[in-house]
Amino acid sequence: MTAAPVLLSGTVRMGARTLFPPLRLELAPGRWTALLGPSGVGKSTLLRLLAGLPIGGTFEGRVENRPPVALMAQDPALLPWLTARQNAALGARLRGEAADRDRLAAVLRRTGLADHGDKPPAALSGGQRQRVALARTLMEDRALVLLDEPFSALDARMRLAMQDLAAELLRGRTVLIVTHDPAEAARLADRIFLMTETGLTEEVAPACPAPRPPADPAVLACQGALLTRLTEAPACA
Amino acid sequence: MRLTRFLAPPAIAAGFVLLWQGLILATGLPPFLLPGPGAVAAAVIAQREVLTGAALRTLAEVLTGFALGAGSGATLAIAMAAWPRLAATLRPALLISQVIPTFALAPVLTLWLGYGMAPKIVVTALICFFPVASAFLDGLERTSPVCRDLARTMGAGPAREMWHLRIPMALPLLGSGLKLAAIYAPVGAVIGEWVGGSEGLGAVMIHANGRMRIDLSFAALVVVTALALAFHAGISLAVRRGLARFG
Repeated sequence: MTAAPVLLSGTVRMGARTLFPPLRLELAPGRWTALLGPSGVGKSTLLRLLAGLPIGGTFEGRVENRPPVALMAQDPALLPWLTARQNAALGARLRGEAADRDRLAAVLRRTGLADHGDKPPAALSGGQRQRVALARTLMEDRALVLLDEPFSALDARMRLAMQDLAAELLRGRTVLIVTHDPAEAARLADRIFLMTETGLTEEVAPACPAPRPPADPAVLACQGALLTRLTEAPACA
Repeated sequence: MRLTRFLAPPAIAAGFVLLWQGLILATGLPPFLLPGPGAVAAAVIAQREVLTGAALRTLAEVLTGFALGAGSGATLAIAMAAWPRLAATLRPALLISQVIPTFALAPVLTLWLGYGMAPKIVVTALICFFPVASAFLDGLERTSPVCRDLARTMGAGPAREMWHLRIPMALPLLGSGLKLAAIYAPVGAVIGEWVGGSEGLGAVMIHANGRMRIDLSFAALVVVTALALAFHAGISLAVRRGLARFG
């Protein structure tokens, strides 16, 4: 959707400490980019910079061609007093607009929530709640979608199902997925970046189109290589 | 569990009455110093018209003062949450306003506002103001960061974020503040009535004391306690009902 790639370059300091050294992250338009790394190296801070959200430190650098973004995190952050449908249409509510009813119905159908629209979040399972969060992300209809470990709280089966669903429904958009799960990166991403204390390195992603079967030899090989690279990286203090 | 919940308050009350009567029997205190439960009950019945009129007057002060204090407390909390610089400026002033003993203000308020209902309502409102403002502000300042990030990326203005996100999320803490204020509110009205005026349960107590009618003074105290418990129960119920909608 965006012609020019989103480009982030710079460094972040937290007081006297450098969170990450100068780095450059380019998001290919219409592709999935995975940002993989251990906790505490600043993956989420990078994502917040791309989202235009405040960070706890100073950013020296620039973000170019940043379009409006849609955000989805590990915590589905559903409002308990709204129904699943109203939660999916939260963006319109917060902007004081009327939600597009037809599109809302279509999005709920595509996320498998057609029969659950009137339920409050408390009546939904963990996987269904994450589907509502995905529906809310789709309702925003943004060119750039930022996923911050969106499926890491789900059990293995649900995680695979949600990865498939997200890959299908977000196809064609520019997606950045922050994850600490090499398998997730290997299944979903067109480009994979490993983030450590020393900076970003690009790893080789499997060539076949996502979502890739979890037992595909190329996926398993990629996952193994990523795991090896992760263990080589110095542990975060 | 349910049964004990229902039986506990009457059991505690019965135990209290027994202890009270036992103390009189053990010490032989004369009725003009400490009347027994029977004498107080007799006074409640004999003076029921005086006590009912006084209780209605006190209740009116409590309701008005509570509404004013809680309303302005909640409004100020929203304003302070919306403008952090205002919060930084007002926080010390709010604390100072709370450490001034209301007892000390009541005579001044009576001097300014006369012997009618106004000073009692203001004392009650002042007492209710702080717990509501403080608890609600706490809630408003702790909106889930994930939700605030979402609201920002969705392009929500501060007013809509406040109305659709921060206020509903802070309602449980507003409820706690209201329940706390409901406990203090009758105290405020009674303090106001002690200081000046001739109506309300506080005035009945002061006059009864002056005429050595300790049984009537205790009877008024019993009615104040019952009124305070009933008011707190009513506010708690309203809070529970209100919160059920916001799960």
